[in-house]
Amino acid sequence: MKPVVAQFPLALRLVHWLMAALVIAMLFIGIGMVSTVSEMRTWLIDLHKPLGILILCLAALRACLRLTGRTPPLPDDLPIWQKAAAHASHLVLYALMFALPLVGWTMLSAGGYPIALFGTFHLPPLGPVDPMLFAILRRAHTLLALLLFVTILAHLGAALFHAWIRRDGVFRSMVPWR
Amino acid sequence: MNRITSTVLLRLALIGIIILAFTAGFAFAAGWLSPDRLGPADIVDSLQIHDGVHPGFRRAHAKGLCIEGTFLANGKGTALSKAQLFTPGDVPVIGRFSTGGGQPYAPDGRLVFHAIALSLTQANGEKWRMALDDTPIFLVATPLAFRDFQLATAPDPATGKPDPVRTADFLVHHPETRAFMDWIRDAPLPSSFANGTYYSINAFRFIDAAGETRHVRWSLVPETPFEALDKSTLANLPPDFLFEDVVQRLRQSPLRWHMMLTVAQPGDPVDDATKPWPADRPQVDVGTLTINRASAEENGPCRNITFDPLILPSGISPSDDPLLPARSGVYAVSLTRRDGEPVDPSAASKNPEIRRGAP
Repeated sequence: MKPVVAQFPLALRLVHWLMAALVIAMLFIGIGMVSTVSEMRTWLIDLHKPLGILILCLAALRACLRLTGRTPPLPDDLPIWQKAAAHASHLVLYALMFALPLVGWTMLSAGGYPIALFGTFHLPPLGPVDPMLFAILRRAHTLLALLLFVTILAHLGAALFHAWIRRDGVFRSMVPWR
Repeated sequence: MNRITSTVLLRLALIGIIILAFTAGFAFAAGWLSPDRLGPADIVDSLQIHDGVHPGFRRAHAKGLCIEGTFLANGKGTALSKAQLFTPGDVPVIGRFSTGGGQPYAPDGRLVFHAIALSLTQANGEKWRMALDDTPIFLVATPLAFRDFQLATAPDPATGKPDPVRTADFLVHHPETRAFMDWIRDAPLPSSFANGTYYSINAFRFIDAAGETRHVRWSLVPETPFEALDKSTLANLPPDFLFEDVVQRLRQSPLRWHMMLTVAQPGDPVDDATKPWPADRPQVDVGTLTINRASAEENGPCRNITFDPLILPSGISPSDDPLLPARSGVYAVSLTRRDGEPVDPSAASKNPEIRRGAP
């Protein structure tokens, strides 16, 4: 008897794929913009800040959807360590979706940078101007971004493993179609 | 090998290729596959090779003094930019006087940039940061040339002095730098921070209320009458004389400069800081900078400010000058490095006269 595969709620699936595109774009923009002094740097930074705030808002929306909606269970025959890895990596992904924009925002505040989004619209500082804090958060922002990239690769690898090797419906639970 | 196993292996290989492709793309974006890509850290490294590492200090213009005051606009700037601070009225200013170079203990009596950096805060919270030098032109036109200049003129470990052969070789490849060298040699050196004229170095785009864009350079022209130093006696001057002098002047009275905007005419170079604009370009006096306080840097309000020239209010935008994104990036890397380091007061801050501040 084939198990009936439940999917995540449609809203959550749509936010997942939208954020997947945005977060991956954001990681490439972020690591690229700090690697160069060319004119690309300026417009990538101008893109990075509003995109980061958009991701923070989407992460908040997504956390609400995830906490209120029903979550399909992992297959019963999935080894316990793979279940644990799945739960832990999802927790890390959620934590970093919040942490990276918040660290970035606090970091710019600590460095005394205005947080300009577009035109004259600015965000208020999220913390004090503090040089030591800036130095710590600036490095943390890069390290957390690298951790996010590695976790996303693991997530992608696991998703494709479910889709193509185990073929157990876990990948189907997140596809945007029925 | 049966067919199921080979299909599984093929699929596993495909997953591996996809993961690898993402990793390779990321490595490319990060510049890890492009050793020739010039990043801000490469330029900061070259400054450190040139001047050594002085923990806690800015990697360029290391020796400085915090200043405070106001900018009072007369309203004429609104014809060129919709930035709020050009409307009549005043905005608070935090700034910094500094001398060029990355050595916080260097004596002031050198043929060196005198510089002023400012952070103006508009009523709507937007900031305009700028870092100006007392030379109307810059020594190089591109970030790469700047890095190469630092490396070519770095002290030779054997002699402690720059290798004249390497310097000469740089100048052969960068004739544009000669104009700057000649200027530094021939132009009279101001006797004080108070009587120097400071220049924006780069051009910027000014956008007016109608949306029209013009390229503008600006300068700060002192009310204090100009006096020149005798370049032959520089070495005999007290090591902190420039900073002592300006603190003493500020105890007597505020110091004032006029902000003069110069609009580019067709054909004027707007993306090359090594080329001056013709001297007859009309200038508009848009307001008065008044400096009335000074304080030693390690506890002063300017210590944590990065005078990043790309922090601009709405109404002013960067030009296509390639030095601008480099200045922004280099200052950010310098801030990250120095902020993580323990602070040792600079020579200027240890000087009791400067510690007392003004008023």
